[in-house]
Amino acid sequence: MRGDLVGSMVEVDDVAVAFRDGRSTTTVLDGLSLHVERDEVVCLLGPSGCGKSTLLRCLAGLRAPDRGEVRLRGEPVRGVPDGLGVVFQDYGRSLLPWSTVARNVEFGLAADLDRSTRRARTEEALEAVGLADAAGRRPGQLSGGMQQRVAIARALARRPDLLLMDEPFASVDALTRADLEDLLVRVRREYAMTVVLVTHDIDESIYLADRVVVLSPRPAAVVADLAVGLPRERDQIATRESEVFVHLRAQAAELLRSGLSRSGAHHGHPGVGERGERGPVVGVGDDPGDGVQREHLER
Amino acid sequence: MSRAVLRGLVGVGVFLAIGEVVGRIGLVPPELLPPTSAVLAGLVEIAGDPAFRADVVATVLAWLIGLGVAVGIAVPAGVLLGSVPGIRAGTRALVEFLRPIPSVALIPLAVVLIGQGPASKIALAVYAAVWPILFNTVHAVTEVDPLLRETAAAFRVGRRRTLARIVLPSMAPFVLTGVRLAAAVALILIVSTELLVGGGRGIGEYIAQSGTGGGRTDLVLAAAIVAGLVGLAANAALTAVGRRWLSWSPESAAAS
Repeated sequence: MRGDLVGSMVEVDDVAVAFRDGRSTTTVLDGLSLHVERDEVVCLLGPSGCGKSTLLRCLAGLRAPDRGEVRLRGEPVRGVPDGLGVVFQDYGRSLLPWSTVARNVEFGLAADLDRSTRRARTEEALEAVGLADAAGRRPGQLSGGMQQRVAIARALARRPDLLLMDEPFASVDALTRADLEDLLVRVRREYAMTVVLVTHDIDESIYLADRVVVLSPRPAAVVADLAVGLPRERDQIATRESEVFVHLRAQAAELLRSGLSRSGAHHGHPGVGERGERGPVVGVGDDPGDGVQREHLER
Repeated sequence: MSRAVLRGLVGVGVFLAIGEVVGRIGLVPPELLPPTSAVLAGLVEIAGDPAFRADVVATVLAWLIGLGVAVGIAVPAGVLLGSVPGIRAGTRALVEFLRPIPSVALIPLAVVLIGQGPASKIALAVYAAVWPILFNTVHAVTEVDPLLRETAAAFRVGRRRTLARIVLPSMAPFVLTGVRLAAAVALILIVSTELLVGGGRGIGEYIAQSGTGGGRTDLVLAAAIVAGLVGLAANAALTAVGRRWLSWSPESAAAS
């Protein structure tokens, strides 16, 4: 399935985005570059409001960057590309409240599919997220976690090779969240997808990802690119207790904090040297990081 | 719920009792304001009168036609105004000028232009009913959740399917509210025109004839009550439509 296709799934090349509101301009992304390989799960980890959701919208073709280029399977993204599934954070607003669960899932399918295929895909996707019994209900009758499952099923029904998720589990309670994370780990295997997930939760990013890309505050720049050396099989308790996980969490936290202090207040942060992890942390930064750092200092 | 109904009934009962007492103790001459019992007797009388029943049919028919035409005009126009900001800006001054004119003031003009037949009262009802539907529709279009539109875009859902599956359903509760407001206004216009113009059939015409000459105020009030009941029934029917089909919407839940 892979192998025969060469090149990255996603390439983001020097992308800049600015929002204009009247006279003021907010630069959200300023020359950001990254790549995602086929079959990878990459989490974009950054503080709230850093522009990571905007980046995801650029990947989805919902917004064209002001500068630079996004390529999907080597092709420049112009409008929403094929083979994409998108899950938004706000499931309550992203589902159609007047349609049943099944109709919501079916809504995401291409219009030219015949009726029996649509039904089969819908049933299969609902089965995959454990909602086969809720097909006839309306979103308003479901819990938040179940609603987000519907949104995930809607994306899966398209059988995407790239799944984009914008803080998908940020609005549900902790237990539901763990459930949904495991659901994602499982369906990602079943559906053989590349996944790009935006989050501000360090633990979640490490738990889900093969690679965590740490972003700085606005304008978002890549602070570090952490390979998660964990086996693909994950477990809510064992994985989170593993040495690799704990180490990565500390590392990611340091990086997030250094990104924050770099762009905001110029105070040194206590405790950096204490853990003795400073060496590897600094070494992890991708080479674009240097240029980014300088830009931040100039601000 | 039943408590609320009970209180409502008590309110109506007290009101009727006051009406009865005011008439009986001679506070107001009973031939000017008949007591409740006389009005209720009048209701029974006109209910058995085939001429009055024909009047009710004429009023309801004109009203339904007027409301239907108003929906047919105002909903598409509202969608257009709501989706094209240029047209909305261009028509705003005109709309703001026309809207506050009391439609009743246009009755003589309508009679001169259209004549004394039922077309006049229907045209006036249409004119009055268009506004609330139009405003609610324009509002409804602008209220469609941008995230839903973005969802449609992200799933590459075409324009027509987006309209059918997202825009129209999310507009429905607002439009229904507009129709409920319009129904009340249209009924007022129909009955007023019948009352003032005369020469046709309708509840208003019946009221006008009962009021002149002999001055059967009991029948005037009884017929007015029938007109009120027609409006009440329409509102209940439209609310039921909302409950049945738009139960997902917080608006429809609030409107009940």
